Amino acid sequence: MKVKMLSRNPDNYVRETKLDLQRVPRNYDPTLHPFEVPREYVRALNATKLERVFAKPFLASLDGHRDGVNCMAKHPKSLATVLSGACDGEVRIWNLTKRKCIRTIQAHEGFVRGICTRFCGTSFFTVGDDKTVKQWKMDGPGYGEEEEPLHTILGKTVYTGIDHHWKEAVFATCGQQVDIWDEQRTSPICSMTWGFDSISSVKFNPIETFLLGSCASDRNIVLYDMRQATPLKKVILDMRTNTICWNPMEAFVFTAANEDYNLYTFDMRALDTPVMVHMDHVSAVLDVDYSPTGKEFVSASFDKSIRIFPVDKSRSREVYHTKRMQHVICVKWTSDSKYIMCGSDEMNIRLWKANASEKLGVLTSREKAAKDYNQKLKEKFQHHPHIKRIARHRHLPKSIYSQIQEQRIMKEARRRKEVNRLKHSKPGSVAIVSEKKKHVVAVVK
Amino acid sequence: METAPKPSKDVPPKKNRLKAKRKKPRRYWDEETLTAAGASPGLPRNKKRNRELRPQRPKNTNIAKKSRISRKPQLPKKPREGRNLEPQRSVSGAQDPFPGPAPVPVEAARKFRRIDKSKKLPHSKSKTRSRLEVAEAEEEEISIKAARSELLLAEEPGFLEGEDGEDTAKICQADIVEAVDIASAAKHFDLNLRQFGPYRLNYSPTGRHLAFGGHRGHVAALDWVTKRLMCEINVMEAVRDIRFLHSEALLAVAQNRWLHIYDNQGIELHCIRRCDRVTRLEFLPFHFLLATASETGFLTYLDVSVGKIMAALNARAGRLDVMTKNPYNAVIHLGHSNGTVSLWSPAMKEPLAKILCHRGGVRAVAVDSTGTYMATSGLDHQLKIFDLRGMFQPLSARTLPQGAGHLAFSQRGLLAAGMGDVVNIWAGQGKASPPSLEQPYLTHRLSGHVHGLQFCPFEDVLGVGHSGGITSMLVPGAAEPNFDGLESNPYRSQKQRQEWEVKALLEKVPAELICLDPRALAEVDVISLEQEKKERIERLGYDPEAKAPFQPKPKQKGRSSTASLVKRKRKVMDKEHRDKVRQSLEQQPQKQEKAKLPRARPSALDRFVR
Repeated sequence: MKVKMLSRNPDNYVRETKLDLQRVPRNYDPTLHPFEVPREYVRALNATKLERVFAKPFLASLDGHRDGVNCMAKHPKSLATVLSGACDGEVRIWNLTKRKCIRTIQAHEGFVRGICTRFCGTSFFTVGDDKTVKQWKMDGPGYGEEEEPLHTILGKTVYTGIDHHWKEAVFATCGQQVDIWDEQRTSPICSMTWGFDSISSVKFNPIETFLLGSCASDRNIVLYDMRQATPLKKVILDMRTNTICWNPMEAFVFTAANEDYNLYTFDMRALDTPVMVHMDHVSAVLDVDYSPTGKEFVSASFDKSIRIFPVDKSRSREVYHTKRMQHVICVKWTSDSKYIMCGSDEMNIRLWKANASEKLGVLTSREKAAKDYNQKLKEKFQHHPHIKRIARHRHLPKSIYSQIQEQRIMKEARRRKEVNRLKHSKPGSVAIVSEKKKHVVAVVK
Repeated sequence: METAPKPSKDVPPKKNRLKAKRKKPRRYWDEETLTAAGASPGLPRNKKRNRELRPQRPKNTNIAKKSRISRKPQLPKKPREGRNLEPQRSVSGAQDPFPGPAPVPVEAARKFRRIDKSKKLPHSKSKTRSRLEVAEAEEEEISIKAARSELLLAEEPGFLEGEDGEDTAKICQADIVEAVDIASAAKHFDLNLRQFGPYRLNYSPTGRHLAFGGHRGHVAALDWVTKRLMCEINVMEAVRDIRFLHSEALLAVAQNRWLHIYDNQGIELHCIRRCDRVTRLEFLPFHFLLATASETGFLTYLDVSVGKIMAALNARAGRLDVMTKNPYNAVIHLGHSNGTVSLWSPAMKEPLAKILCHRGGVRAVAVDSTGTYMATSGLDHQLKIFDLRGMFQPLSARTLPQGAGHLAFSQRGLLAAGMGDVVNIWAGQGKASPPSLEQPYLTHRLSGHVHGLQFCPFEDVLGVGHSGGITSMLVPGAAEPNFDGLESNPYRSQKQRQEWEVKALLEKVPAELICLDPRALAEVDVISLEQEKKERIERLGYDPEAKAPFQPKPKQKGRSSTASLVKRKRKVMDKEHRDKVRQSLEQQPQKQEKAKLPRARPSALDRFVR
């Protein structure tokens, strides 16, 4: 007879002294871990609930402007510095870590229409209602010096926007036409027009640095190549586009913030169909800015809220609002992709977390591991109805909530009419137009 | 999938590969090192050694599958091998006697596999498909890693082997006790408690504590390893069943009238009057549910974490006194007097399934730890084993002279049956195979009639409660040797227990999730998906995902007449139609075969069947 009994030596399983860590032997045999999926599901549910509990995105409000904030610019080299221009011609430079204004300049008479920093971070440009383009030093004036611009260019017409080239000493302004300027010269190198209309914004492509995009009030988005004397092509939409923003990771993708409450992500190579129509705002979208990862963007709207959209989703993943925030005019995503700033009508700049429930500060390795694990669980069970409902739930102010209901009814009525028309006409005589194609009027080359 | 095996291409042994390498044209900068390697006596020796070593690897795995599993980690290595043989040599010049990644035992890897690759989603989009493929590849890698980590397990299971021709069933407990070490021998003991008559017993989930209750009211709990008594009381009422709750601190006792809950000091904490005349208790640890079967025919689920009755189900089958839980999916199995076993979940008012097992009443039911096999015994003196996967088919049956009144499965799949005052234990081939009923593994005669049986978790011990007291039997090879410290740790400290309790309460699985397949939650709900799609099409008035009908493009060169356009269109349409017909033809014979199969004897009414 040969016999062996299971006989464990307790010394192998119990710690020797109280100063030791407890011994935890592991065995990954599935029969010892029953109900793996239901338990993971419960964990995912708990993680989702906790995410909503800890969703406190609002960080700070920077006040000091004496009129609505009209434009903002990020510092290319310093994460803590932000510039903002107000409707009374005042430009302020802020320190985000101290949450204080560090410099105030009375730059223009009337609105500051546009502000942009030079790629090296030593100076910045502003344009205003007083038909001037001014270049300012980033550092304040020395003791006894007066606050004066480095250069001032007097133009013939009002400039409504400005953007600086990402690598060279060239900038572009827009107004009646798009002008490309050399920093050293007082007249534009070239100016481009396509029809007669006021152009509201111009943006350089951060990757293909010679490309520009602009949007005009005659519902166009026009693309230019700086090396040519004439514009490249334009797309005409249903309504006016307020601004565009280029994707910092994909050279040919840009997103347009439109008056018809939608945002359109276009592929520059095929303008006739937008890649994605982003719907959720209930009023005109005024500004848009990409995250440096190129995966998401934030949009500011006249409906007093900002929303964060994934690039490949048509619905927003997040909406931020506060009781006191009025129409949001400008928005920026910081270069470390962690924060969002928005400037609004009621003279404040607000700082938000890009990920509402993120814990700020240094995480311990166990915290980090738990965060990653919970993230994966949430991802795995995101489509389960109970979890989806909790993850999607957002409290909205009454104005937005009722508007959404109203617009849903309107949309449903339109759709019903379309279906009825389709049903009662000869098959094939009524074309089915997809939501994407509906809003593009024409592409002109 | 990119990891799909090319059939037996890289199976051919290393020799061929080496040859192929030698024929390969060489770069001039390679030449020196290669000739040096070729000239050294190391290479042929290596080959020889390899040949010697191959057969020493585990024999039970077949080569083709092994290569498939161990191929993946090899992939990045291949180009390096092709260029040069250098990496196999270390700095000291010694050669690696085991080149390449370590082989993976196929059986072990299969055990850890979670995704069933045979199931495909109906018309999934390419994006979804690619994402699924990535997930599958990850899953496979994880299962391989888990299988590799089995090497780290510290303990080996016990065993009992007779010398040539010796029947292990003839070996009595005294012989085993004599042969094993002192610590194990101390696990065999008899508690002589004739006064308070037949005992029911229960081990705590960690296997450290034992509670027993006699029919005449004697209730006691003890740490049976150290033989330290925790409490001993007399409840002055008949005790029908006794069960530990999630930890050893709480004890549920089914008394004559009501259900009572005691703590480990013997203090009565609760008297639950909504559960009356309870005959059997089962505790579902992950759901914190205490299932009670009563004389009145009700199956009641009590949530012990909040003290609420989650469901009270009327089984409509008279008195219930045969109950067991399926540890794999927390479904409760009830045995009835009409020979059926019904499967219950608190989410459903009706049984999930009913299985006709015996002629005459069912006396005992047990389900093994993997949830695959169910053993039943009935008044017809039969002992049957059923496969719980799929159609609940009986696998094997055996008539016992007396019929078994109590059944229990061990963690490694041993089946114990109490028949009168005898306990028989049958063993199978391994952990995942059913016990073979031909030859018992062990038998033991007790001093009284068996009244309760349970294998102790994580110890090679079978606890038997009988009319003469309690007997702790030694059954080598019954228990899982390696426990998981985070699930149920027999050596846990008080602090660890408290932490575990908080975690367990946080991830308490809701009672509604109990169903036959606990993995169903992670699978795509195809039915509702299809339904949603149908509703969407109805709402929109057209199918947005439909393939547009073929529209021939006008010719670039030459004239494209209307007739030719129509012709091309017709051609494509005909081809599609033909494909459809071919598919349906292929499916038909299968259907017919299926239809024919279940009918064994021809019936006179067959002629009316269309």
